[in-house]
Amino acid sequence: MEKFDAIVVGAGPSGNAAAYTLAKAGLSVIQIERGEYPGSKNVQGAILYSDALEKIIPEFRDEAPLERHIIEQRMWVLDDDSYIGTQYRSDAFNKAPYNRYTILRAQFDKWFSGKVSQAGALVICETTATDLIMDGSRVVGVRTDRENGDLFADVVILADGVNSLLAKKAGFHPELKPADVALAVKEILFLPQETVESRFNVKEGEGVVIEMLGKITKGMMGTGFLYTNNESVTIGVGCMLSDFKKERISPYLLLEQMKAHPAIKPLIEGGEMKEYTAHLIPEGGLKAMPQICGDGWMIVGDAGMFVNAVHREGSNLAMTTGRLAAETVIGLKQAGKEMKAPNLAAYRGKLDDSFVMKDLAKYKDMPGIFHANPQFFTTYPELVNQAAHTMLTVDGVDKKTKEREIVRSFTRSRSLFGLAGDAFKMWRAMR
Amino acid sequence: MNVNVEEKLFQNRYRVDHGRPHISIIDAAVCATECRTQQCTQVCPANCYKAEGNGNITLITDGCLECGTCRIICDDFRNVNWEYPRGGYGILFKFG
Repeated sequence: MEKFDAIVVGAGPSGNAAAYTLAKAGLSVIQIERGEYPGSKNVQGAILYSDALEKIIPEFRDEAPLERHIIEQRMWVLDDDSYIGTQYRSDAFNKAPYNRYTILRAQFDKWFSGKVSQAGALVICETTATDLIMDGSRVVGVRTDRENGDLFADVVILADGVNSLLAKKAGFHPELKPADVALAVKEILFLPQETVESRFNVKEGEGVVIEMLGKITKGMMGTGFLYTNNESVTIGVGCMLSDFKKERISPYLLLEQMKAHPAIKPLIEGGEMKEYTAHLIPEGGLKAMPQICGDGWMIVGDAGMFVNAVHREGSNLAMTTGRLAAETVIGLKQAGKEMKAPNLAAYRGKLDDSFVMKDLAKYKDMPGIFHANPQFFTTYPELVNQAAHTMLTVDGVDKKTKEREIVRSFTRSRSLFGLAGDAFKMWRAMR
Repeated sequence: MNVNVEEKLFQNRYRVDHGRPHISIIDAAVCATECRTQQCTQVCPANCYKAEGNGNITLITDGCLECGTCRIICDDFRNVNWEYPRGGYGILFKFG
């Protein structure tokens, strides 16, 4: 029976980052993927942040399938038939090397996996990992659904995504709670390239992202988004599963209503829908993070809850955790050390020193605060929209009276005490 | 607003593993008699779970998007047996 240095389960951003890094360092790596090809089971918005990938494949811009680089970011707070928002657009974002891109994950992951194969890893698709193979408390391999499909290695890197079934079956972490995951649905709508560019006021290769908050989520904790691709736009909405459970709203109904919003409808008009997807996003943050390594195993990417929900970042954390897990294994291998828990704990140290844990620690209270204070998703979006409406309607009422009316609307809804408390909570959670 | 999710799913590409559904309800009686809310029938993004009106729920996994919602949302009864489809089967995203 052949034994590998490492088995990587899953060929998304974290698994590919890990397998590529290991193979490039000369380790023997087998990577298994349940999809027909890498990417065929994977879903994301999707924004690619260059930095994390650049640290793995510096020349990625020359070859990776990228859609548009982002030059403008809009943030909208929506009421039923209005929105108030900010936008930041800068020509600095138009100077190479670009900071972020829209991508289509099925194509991007396929490309990334090609790099993994080129680096020397054995990539096996159409193979589902069914169990971890244990020797006492130590993971020694992976059982697959292929005949004679047992694989053995010194270390197994679990990059199997948000559902992370293998680690659950092995008892490494409990089932996810509805309050720790968001359910997002989205559609890709195809439009002629010139239509995308004229509607969003961009030139070839340039893109816009719109992040949205407010009435579109019907009081549930969540956000919506609209991203521009080359010849399509991606539109989606996601809310915490605990809120979906409580409200019993169908996610596709939420998406359809969002598409009909008067501010959004003209931007997607005439788009031909070619795919509808759904995905869970692990948004529990640091407090919901499972154990991330043990004897013979490590967890990377979504499987380890490595998502910064506040900043809508996930794939960059995935790639970074995949790379750092691989570098930990390479270091141990070179030092002739075993892949046991105390040695693999160096992975945690590397994560602590990186932006991954620093950002997750910074926002560790955020999920709890949003769960306990739904007004941030309901009352405030309404109030700020009404305030703008009041100030911008010229109707013979003097501005001082209008200001008083706006202040009254805020104190009526939240009380002075409530407003001060909300401001304090946000400050404490964000600092 | 009425939304026909089947029309959306029609745009997707699947390789259905006929006769081998990857998700099953563990005890149908629990859905029918103990679960009052039956949130799976509303929240599954592919509408795989249908309330039959007599309290029963039927599950057809052909349009499943493999998100995991039904398993996690059933936290009061843990009545969903959820596995990935066999390698190569199930949803096959064209764009992701």
